[in-house]
Amino acid sequence: MKILLVGEYRENKLLDVTYDLIGFADKLEADKVMLAVGYEEDIPKFDGKLYLADAKALGEYNPSAHKQLVLDVVEKENPDLIVFIHSSFGWDLAPRVATSLKATQFTEVIDYKDNSFIVPSCNSKLRRELKSKTAKTVITIQAGAFTPLTEALGTPEIENISSDASSNVNFVAYEEAEEKGLDLTKAEIIVTAGRGVGKKDNIPIIQALADKLGGELGASRPVADNAWVDQSHQVGTTGQTVSPKLYIACGVSGAIQHLAGMKKSEFIVAVNTDKDAPINEVADILVVADVLQFVPALTSKLS
Amino acid sequence: MKVLVCIKQVPDMESKFKVNAQNNWFDENDLAYRINEYDEYAIEQAVQLKEQLSDVDVTVLCVGPARVKEAIKKALAMGCDRAVHIEDTESYIKDSSQVASLIADFAKDKSYDIIFTGMQSQDRGSAQVGVIVSELLNIACVSTIADFEYNEGITVKRELEGGLKSIIKVDTPVVLTCQLGLNTPRYPTLPNIMKAKKKELITIDSLELSSSDSLNETLNFYYPQKSGGSLILEGDVPELADKLIAILKEKTSVL
Ligand SMILES: Cc1cc2nc3c(=O)[nH]c(=O)nc-3n(C[C@H](O)[C@H](O)[C@H](O)COP(=O)(O)OP(=O)(O)OC[C@H]3O[C@@H](n4cnc5c(N)ncnc54)[C@H](O)[C@@H]3O)c2cc1C
Repeated sequence: MKILLVGEYRENKLLDVTYDLIGFADKLEADKVMLAVGYEEDIPKFDGKLYLADAKALGEYNPSAHKQLVLDVVEKENPDLIVFIHSSFGWDLAPRVATSLKATQFTEVIDYKDNSFIVPSCNSKLRRELKSKTAKTVITIQAGAFTPLTEALGTPEIENISSDASSNVNFVAYEEAEEKGLDLTKAEIIVTAGRGVGKKDNIPIIQALADKLGGELGASRPVADNAWVDQSHQVGTTGQTVSPKLYIACGVSGAIQHLAGMKKSEFIVAVNTDKDAPINEVADILVVADVLQFVPALTSKLS
Repeated sequence: MKVLVCIKQVPDMESKFKVNAQNNWFDENDLAYRINEYDEYAIEQAVQLKEQLSDVDVTVLCVGPARVKEAIKKALAMGCDRAVHIEDTESYIKDSSQVASLIADFAKDKSYDIIFTGMQSQDRGSAQVGVIVSELLNIACVSTIADFEYNEGITVKRELEGGLKSIIKVDTPVVLTCQLGLNTPRYPTLPNIMKAKKKELITIDSLELSSSDSLNETLNFYYPQKSGGSLILEGDVPELADKLIAILKEKTSVL
C-alpha cells in the first residue's frame, strides 16, 4: 500500500500533528510520501520523499491551490490512501480532494483494521466500521489517535512543487485568541460545568463545589458559547488544555474536542445521568446521577 | 438575495441508541429527534441576514424520511421563508457524497447566493456535505465559520485550533459551514409557529434528483468496549457522595 500524507503548517511553523500522519503510515507499514505547503527552514523529520510547496508564495491555506497541489502529487505518485489530520485544515481540504478524485472520504478515523476504518459516531458514543469501494480513499485521522511510537528522525528528500490555481476565498489575517483572563493550566483541581447543568442559574452549584475544593471552575464549549460562564474557563481543543490532579466533569458528555483538553488530568470524576456517555472512556469514576442533586450533596458532605 | 439553508434532523444525543438489524446504523424508532445543533446556527445566520437586508429570500432544505418535516417546520417558524423536503427513506445509509449530490442537483439551476450548512452533523460527524456541495456546484466555500458579517461583500472568521481564527473575505456565490457559537439561535414564538403553517413546503422524491452510487459500505455499527477501568457508581445520592469522598481520599492527594 502507498500513502500520501498531507502535512500542516501554521504561522511559519510545522505543526506537531504532522507526525501523527507518520505514526499512521508506520502503523500500516505502508510506503509513504508527504506533501506540505510549508517552509524549507522547518521541515518534518522522516526518511522518504517530501513534496514541498512554498507557503510564502502560496499562503498557508489557500483551498484551490492546495487542492491542485494534492491532485498533482496524486497523479505522480498514485497512492491508495490520501491522509489528512482531522483539523480545520484537513476537514476543509479532504472533501475537496475526495470529490475531485471521485474517491470516498472517511472522517476522523481512530483505528484501522483489515482494510476497514473505524470512525466515531453520535458524538463519540458509537463507532462505525467502514470500507471503501473506490480505487483511492481519502481520510482524516483524529489528532492523537496515531501518535508515533518512536522519536522522529531522518531527512526527507525534497522535491519543490508549485501551483498557480487562483483562489476564490481571500485570506486577510489571523486573529489570535483574546488574552486569557484565567490560566487553568496550573490549577490542581478543576470542576467543570457542562451543558447537563441545565441553565446559567445552576452554575453557582458547580462553583460552590470548586470553591469548597479550593479549585477552579471549568466549562465545556456550549456553556461558554451560551455565556453561562466566561469563555476564559473553556476546556478543550478551542479552549485550554489542562492537567490537574483532580478533574470533575459535571454534565459533560465527553465529545472528542472536550476530551482533547482534559484527558491528561491525573484523576477524572464524571457526574452524568447517562451511563453510556463517552466521558466514561477517560474517567476513573463515573457517578451516575443528576448533577443538580449530587453536586450539592457532595459539597455539603465535604464540609 | 437568495439563500439556501441545508439542515439535518438528528436524534437527541443523550438517547439510548440501539443498533439496527443490519448492524449499519441505529434503530430509528423510539428516538426523540431535533435539528442538528450546527444547523440551528446556519438557520439563525440566514434569518439575521434577512433582517439586515430587505431583499433576502431564505429556503430551508432537508433530506430525509417523513419525520424530518418537524425539523423543517421549526426552521420555518424561526424565520425561513419557504421549504423543500427531499424525501428519502434511505438517507440514513447514503454517504456524504450522495447526500451532497442530491442537494447540488436541486440547487444547480436556482442561483443561490449563499448556502449555509452546519459544519457537521452530530450523528455522522462527517463534516463533508457542505464542502462537497460547493465542489459540485463549483463555487467558493468557507468551512467552520464562527463569525459572519455582510457589508457589500462577506467577511467571515474561520475557526482554527487553539483559539486562533482566520479572517476571510469571499464573494457570492458561496457555501458557508457553521460552527457552534456563531450566533444565538432563536426560539420560535407562537405567532411565528402559526405563520409558518402557511409557508410553502414542497416535497420532492429523491429519485427525481440525480444521485451517485454509494462510495463506501458500513460493515458494522457498535458501542465501543469500555477501555478504561472506570468505576461506575450508582444508587442513592448521599451514599454516592460518601463513596466518592472515600475514594478521593484514598486515590488522590487533594483531599
Ligand atoms: C471544531 C470544534 C471545536 C470544539 N471545541 C470544543 C472545546 O474546546 N471544548 C468543548 O467542550 N467542546 C468543544 N467543541 C464542542 C464539542 O463537540 C461538544 O459539542 C461539547 O463539548 C459538548 O458539551 P457538553 O458535554 O457540555 O454538552 P452535551 O454534549 O450536550 O452533554 C451534556 C451531558 O450532560 C448529561 N446530562 C444532562 N442532564 C444532566 C443532569 N441533570 N445531570 C447529569 N448529567 C446530565 C447528558 O447525559 C450529556 O452527557 C468543539 C466542536 C468542534 C466541532
